[in-house]
Amino acid sequence: MSPLDRLRASTIWPMLWKEFIQMRRDRLTLGMMLGIPAIQLVMFGYAIQTEVRHLPTVVLDESRSSESLALVDQLRNTGSFDIVAYVPDRKALEREIRSGRAMAGVVIPPAFLTDLRRGRTAEAQLIVDAADPLASSAAMSGAVQAGAARSAAILARTAGRGAPPLDVRVRPWYNPGLRSAVYIVPGIIGVLLSVTMILITSMSIVRERERGTLEQLIVTPIDKTSLMLGKIVPFVLVGYVQMTVILLLGRFLFDVPIRGSLPLLYLLTFAFIVASLGLGLFISTAVRSQTQAMQLGFFFLMPNILLSGFMFPREAMPAVAQWIGAVLPLTHFLKVLRGIILKDVGIVELWQPTLVLVFLATLFIVLSVRRFSKRIE
Amino acid sequence: MTDDVAIHTEGLRKSFGRIAAVESLNLTVGRGEVFGLLGPNGSGKTTTIRMLTGLVAPTSGRATVDGVDVSEAPELVRRRIGYMSQRFGLYDDLTAAENIRFYASIYGLRGDARRLRLEELASELGFNERLHQMAGTLSGGWKQRLALACATAHRPRVLFLDEPTAGVDPAARRQFWELIHGFARQGVTILVTTHYMDEAERCGRLAFLSRGHLIAVGTAAEVRAQFSQPSIEDVFIELQRRDEGVTA
Repeated sequence: MSPLDRLRASTIWPMLWKEFIQMRRDRLTLGMMLGIPAIQLVMFGYAIQTEVRHLPTVVLDESRSSESLALVDQLRNTGSFDIVAYVPDRKALEREIRSGRAMAGVVIPPAFLTDLRRGRTAEAQLIVDAADPLASSAAMSGAVQAGAARSAAILARTAGRGAPPLDVRVRPWYNPGLRSAVYIVPGIIGVLLSVTMILITSMSIVRERERGTLEQLIVTPIDKTSLMLGKIVPFVLVGYVQMTVILLLGRFLFDVPIRGSLPLLYLLTFAFIVASLGLGLFISTAVRSQTQAMQLGFFFLMPNILLSGFMFPREAMPAVAQWIGAVLPLTHFLKVLRGIILKDVGIVELWQPTLVLVFLATLFIVLSVRRFSKRIE
Repeated sequence: MTDDVAIHTEGLRKSFGRIAAVESLNLTVGRGEVFGLLGPNGSGKTTTIRMLTGLVAPTSGRATVDGVDVSEAPELVRRRIGYMSQRFGLYDDLTAAENIRFYASIYGLRGDARRLRLEELASELGFNERLHQMAGTLSGGWKQRLALACATAHRPRVLFLDEPTAGVDPAARRQFWELIHGFARQGVTILVTTHYMDEAERCGRLAFLSRGHLIAVGTAAEVRAQFSQPSIEDVFIELQRRDEGVTA
């Protein structure tokens, strides 16, 4: 038999034909596979805002001078603080913060103006509810910046100069508006693809096992590789449709620019989709019931979200967490996604994550085929 | 081995942990026989069939089916056998025709050959009107017929049927047995397990399993004589009584 004849006679074709028919008939699952990512993108895209602005702030101004007013103005102009009230004393200020009505409090002591006039360092205090470090960090850096700007202005004035001696301008590349949606949306594509691809295939083999159809199937001469590939190929298409839906929503709903090459993105996504499906497939060969598959699938979910670099930068993680992250397909796919979508980088910069993805995809599928046995013990 | 032997086992044994499901089974089934495997629940019938079809690896001993050693060349055996599991094992969300097409394709039938075989099976099994019905919506009797059609799509030389008529009404059972004898007349060897004693009488030869041991082999008349019982049903009940006697 020639290789072409062998390919034609392969049991992969009937397997694919059957899987596509079943997928097409399961409208509910198909609808969920496409609808859920769209809904989740909208939810997460709006909800995940890492830049914290407009912190409700109270002011205790004991100086009541033009200088104290100027400082409060400077703080307000950073956009991080909304002045909600002026309070008469320190007790009232503490009460406002404890009750949660205010997240920050500015204290300007009575000596503020006199200190300034006499050339001493004038002190002001910013109290921040830092229980949530993420929420408070923007406020804290905003306050420091406002303070520095104010001192520079005062120094320039007293030194008789028209402009401050030093001016460092920051240029935020790739995301000039510092909008978190720009950074989050490409990541969400990866997370949602991971979740659906892993969960769906983790059910595939074990569902046939539970329904009793696997026993009938494995007494036939079907080969294991056909069975495994037949289970994942239809979902490669689903994965691509999902990605397209999220990209379109990201583009038009969240204004996320797509700077790089779309064909390259779609090409490299193939390795990621197959790697995720392969991981799900491996779970499916290892468990005995769909419930177990679901539990194990969720077990892989948390590290995907927390350790892949989707939410927290991997550079800040301890070595062990970085190692775990390194075997997750999502970690490498995020580099591809963010690289192409936000920075217009090409295959030259992305060959490393691409190779890892191809390796993981091959590994998971080979492991699944080897793990699967045409027996029912 | 002679060419007229379809199934042969020597000291075939399967244990799950310390429990022996099948104990040193020696069995020979001739080509074209309708051979009944009988015994109470848990006597090892299903495990025996699963060892012969390569679904379960024997702990020791060997088995050949159609002259091929099951442990050495399971895939070769799989090409030559048909199997109906105890539970309905076809796809509920495919139509009857799609199920048959799928199995025929797995066995390598494509194009015209597959279409002809589908037509042939449909008329042999009287399936024409239900070809495009979803398998999940078929009644019990039709499900069994469909399973038989799928199991025989590739014209197997040996057919293993594990309680094929469980839960099927008497009329459908009778029709099903006519189909089985039809295949036997074409030279197909059939190994069938059953709980129905009228079906046992329809087999050419019978084997009784009890707690994994083979305790009787022969025609229905020979088995009745061996146990001095008036019917196979009485033999069965006598065996079950002995089983429980051992347990107590």
